Amino acid sequence: MATIEVLPEVAAVHWRPRVDADRLRLMGRVWTLTMVAHVVPFLGAATLLMAVEPLALPVALICVAHAWIIPELYAQRGANVLRPRRRARRTPEPEQRSVGLLGDLVGHEARELHSRTGLVLEPGRLGVWLVGEAGAVLLRGRRAYCYCVKVDPRQAAAAELPSGDRIAHLLLALRSDEQGFATVANLAFAGAHWRLRRRMRKEMRPALKAARSTPGEPVSGVRRNIRGRLEGMSTSTPSSGASLGRRALALIVLLIAAWVLFKVVIGVVTAVATVVVVVLAICAVIWAIRVL
Amino acid sequence: MSKLIRMDHTGHSTIAEWTPEDPAAVEAAVSAFRAELERGYLAMVSTGPGHAEHVRELPLEAELVIMRLPISGG
Repeated sequence: MATIEVLPEVAAVHWRPRVDADRLRLMGRVWTLTMVAHVVPFLGAATLLMAVEPLALPVALICVAHAWIIPELYAQRGANVLRPRRRARRTPEPEQRSVGLLGDLVGHEARELHSRTGLVLEPGRLGVWLVGEAGAVLLRGRRAYCYCVKVDPRQAAAAELPSGDRIAHLLLALRSDEQGFATVANLAFAGAHWRLRRRMRKEMRPALKAARSTPGEPVSGVRRNIRGRLEGMSTSTPSSGASLGRRALALIVLLIAAWVLFKVVIGVVTAVATVVVVVLAICAVIWAIRVL
Repeated sequence: MSKLIRMDHTGHSTIAEWTPEDPAAVEAAVSAFRAELERGYLAMVSTGPGHAEHVRELPLEAELVIMRLPISGG
């Protein structure tokens, strides 16, 4: 059999680095940093406003709202990749035939999950995938990577494909070259799975839960990240509670330290400003006496 | 009996059926397969649970060959 290991569609995005475990880790961290860069300035501005002038409370609240809304919008963007495609009309027979073919490609449990949620669960080497009509979510550790990917709309025949066929297209591509699939797809969001869950449709949430309790395919040479956790494994381990407590403590320490530093900076700025004002006042007095 | 199917607006259509022992059916299947490739379709063969392969020549021994359209990032 003449087989090709790399997904042919990868050639269309040849400039993109091929997605692997390291690349995913890097992209996840970049997304976290992006979120921090969005949230911290708004929260900082709100704190500064309240420290300088408590009457600026409304503006401070607007800043806090921005700090909350922006990450939510990103998470919504991630959840949108799983939304079913809108159609002018759904014809039952092609839909049934397409779902029948999809059912032949997956196991009984995945078939049953699809009938309930509209999503197909597919364990892979990079993690566990949830495949929808116009996108897929990769669950890896605590993080969810939401990819926007679909049957190429430039193909005339793509417009009228029934939902089962759309998922089958993505599933077959995923199965033939998982890394190539993730390379071709556009990353819409990467973040904690609970952030995605909140923005998902209620009927789809069981699929996320099922995916989180499904182990990915075993990979030779399991990698550990810098914190020593196993990548690609479920986090529902006994150590996760202790880890959560330590993280909560670290967050409290960080907030206290940030507050202390903030007060120190305010103090220094005030002192410098006072000296400048005094010098200016002295200069003004000298100038005024000379003029008089 | 092996099948060549194409995913399309009907759900899927059977394009060809063949057995390796029937040269005429094989020839017709190969012709149909090439015609689909020229139309821009890609051929996939399941190779076990969770695995599929992209093929450029009709694998005569495969039970089911599925023609799909290319995908792209949205």
